[in-house]
Amino acid sequence: MTRRIVGPFNRVEGDLEVTLEIEGGRVAAAFVNAPLYRGFEQILEGKAPLDALVFVPRICGICSVAQSAAAARALADAAGIAPPSNGRLAANLTLAIENLADHLTHFYLFFMPDFAAAEYAGASWYAEVSAQFGAQSGQAGRQALAARARFMQAMGLLAGKWPHTLAVQPGGTTRPLAESELFRLQRIVREFRAFLEARLFGSPLETIAGLDGQTALERWRRQDRAGDLRFFLELADRLDLWSLGQSGARFLSVGAYDEEGGKCLFAPGTWYEGRVLPFDPSQVREDLSHARYASAQTAQRPEEERTVPLYDKPGAYSWCKAPRLGGEICETGALARQLVDGQPLVGDIVGRRGAGVGARVLARLLEFARVVPALQRWLDAFDPEGAWCTAAPLAENCLGKGFVEAARGALGHWLTVHQGRIGGYQIIAPTTWNFSPRAADGRPGALEQALVGLPVPEQGRVPAVVHHVVRSFDPCMVCTVH
Amino acid sequence: MKLIWLQSGGCGGCTLSWLGYAHGPLLEVLAEVGIELVWHPSLSAASCDEALALLEACARGAKPFDILCVEGALLRGPWLDQLPSGNFHRFGGGESMLDWVLRLAMRARHVVAIGSCAAFGGITAAGGNPTDAAGLQHDGEIGGGVLGPYFRDPTGLPVINVSGCPPHPDWITETLALLAQGRLTPESLDEFGRPRFFAERLVHHGCPRNEYYEFKAGAEHFGQQGCLMENLGCKGTQAHADCNLRLWNGEGSCLRGGFPCIRCTEPEFEEPGHPFHTTPKVAGIPIGLPADMPKAWFVALAALSKSATPPRVKENATAERLRRAPSVKRTKK
Ligand code: SF4
Ligand code: SF4
Repeated sequence: MTRRIVGPFNRVEGDLEVTLEIEGGRVAAAFVNAPLYRGFEQILEGKAPLDALVFVPRICGICSVAQSAAAARALADAAGIAPPSNGRLAANLTLAIENLADHLTHFYLFFMPDFAAAEYAGASWYAEVSAQFGAQSGQAGRQALAARARFMQAMGLLAGKWPHTLAVQPGGTTRPLAESELFRLQRIVREFRAFLEARLFGSPLETIAGLDGQTALERWRRQDRAGDLRFFLELADRLDLWSLGQSGARFLSVGAYDEEGGKCLFAPGTWYEGRVLPFDPSQVREDLSHARYASAQTAQRPEEERTVPLYDKPGAYSWCKAPRLGGEICETGALARQLVDGQPLVGDIVGRRGAGVGARVLARLLEFARVVPALQRWLDAFDPEGAWCTAAPLAENCLGKGFVEAARGALGHWLTVHQGRIGGYQIIAPTTWNFSPRAADGRPGALEQALVGLPVPEQGRVPAVVHHVVRSFDPCMVCTVH
Repeated sequence: MKLIWLQSGGCGGCTLSWLGYAHGPLLEVLAEVGIELVWHPSLSAASCDEALALLEACARGAKPFDILCVEGALLRGPWLDQLPSGNFHRFGGGESMLDWVLRLAMRARHVVAIGSCAAFGGITAAGGNPTDAAGLQHDGEIGGGVLGPYFRDPTGLPVINVSGCPPHPDWITETLALLAQGRLTPESLDEFGRPRFFAERLVHHGCPRNEYYEFKAGAEHFGQQGCLMENLGCKGTQAHADCNLRLWNGEGSCLRGGFPCIRCTEPEFEEPGHPFHTTPKVAGIPIGLPADMPKAWFVALAALSKSATPPRVKENATAERLRRAPSVKRTKK
């Protein structure tokens, strides 16, 4: 057996390193290490509760609104309030725009450039991939960056500033929009839609959102040759990205984007082998047995947990904790959201070809087609005379929890207020689930499982498949460890 | 000029802010001023061993480069045998990021701190500073940081602190462009090493709430239009940055977004000594007075202007949208 340390991975958010145990040219076991610890949960203790809104977005630059939104929900939960309709819509828009921008960054800047790796130089598609998706030089990447910059102008209007806005508050949002500004936002979203329809899909969003299974997808693919999605599907078939990198975990979604009457655009729940069950937050535990923290004997409920770093703890290999739901390992992200929500194309693909790299990326791209029309609908639903933000007074002692779907999946905040100050604050981020180390039972986390079996030589270059699997999760390591 | 960008103990938000640069395609703009990205964690092809080999060649001096940009605080903890181990952030298995930054800084022609974390320690240094975070050349307001107070690059420049949490994409791009064009001298920087072109303004300059400020007509809750200084903790009169003159993401700023400035470009903004969204007062007078304003004058003027507040301003200050428009004056009868 050979041990190889692979890292630092770039084109992921934050720092990541993986230790691979290789036997007979294949990965026998993987150990995922998050090598950066900053201590946000410790920093928050003793602060005024609303100060959480200043600190938590700064956990992460790529999904800072998701962190804000989770904190705002935890505070709203503690105060027992809900934002007025305008505030809810504006918070949805702010979060959705960040999530979509994130999907764009992931596909064009982080994931696709790996196909321009030297080891693929002999492939018939190589020249096109390098021209379109090569890191820094690719045309597609450059166009996506320009489209992203324009799309993020919507954040200037909705949130004042991105990243690290304070606009998302427990009682709504701080930025009332005038009708003329709503018009400007609609313009920005229309431009983004045009980019997606021309560049990514080569089809109207409704056509993509309406694909209800593999047969429909194949029929659509044959109609035309345009669009980066078709190109991705081509690569996925040729390299069999479908069976690559399956985690075997349960899928978890906490539900995304609040609609009128307490419903979500994407329903919450867990999915395992075709069965959907409700998500029960009281089943969440964090296990610290292999994480670099002083730990209790058993896995802790987040509301009772403390974060005490212990670098040299024997047997520990990551700053990432191991969250479990009812003792089970979960995978979270766009694929989980779409499976739990019963999206037929994703369900069919996973049923036939498995939940691997291909399904993860496809589900992510599909969200453009499902969320952009919702953005347009929300923009039409504002009430120009309605309220935006209500006050959220907190009791001296209270508890709150808040869940949102960040681009990469389920994000949870647990807040305890004690004598008017933060007594405890615990965060479980999407990548904390996906890149979790082993728990006390020794069972590996989702990525640790997904890497097993990959062909990796004992020496020399780490093959691109490892990068495809790792990046298919779109890891955000700064959130993971915070 | 060849540029290496490293992410130390931060959130990556400076990079993400930068990618939103709005005055043209970022990569082309950099090429125009002659900047080549040798390595950037979010943009480069080279990963893992290949990236380490590249950076090692630069750190050894075998591969010359010009600008070292560091984003994120330098994490000195945990301390082992009375030495900073840097183990809270190890980069690719072996060395700590702290070591990488120190080695590369010694080879660089210019060292640029991107964001308030790399400049001063920033948010990571808040609370009890559990990781012993510091900036490159400042530990909060104090000169020092991991490179020490006397660090100068081979051209005589200290660390250039493009502060902000995150910095505006223009601040980063324009600083790099000035550097590449040889137009940045020690005189271009203020006493905290910040480029004067953005740090010699106050956030208060150009704030759309200025009329409310004049009349001390404060908002009472978020979402309202009044000045955010009186009740909601706005530090725009003390924060060095041009946020309201140079807009964010096309149309925004903190104040335009309806929330107070927390002076994110200043050292130690992370610990204001009071909850962020409240304005500490003594006998009804806010204690954090505008930069350069004598207290007695402030008190006198505030009392006077308060008594002269037009009803329009007063009413709009606590409303979520304009209730009364300015009256229309006709000059012809
Ligand atoms: S809100 Fe802040 S920056 Fe704006 S006028 Fe008031 S004090 Fe100045
Ligand atoms: S307005 Fe203040 S808090 Fe906001 S970005 Fe500018 S300096 Fe930072």
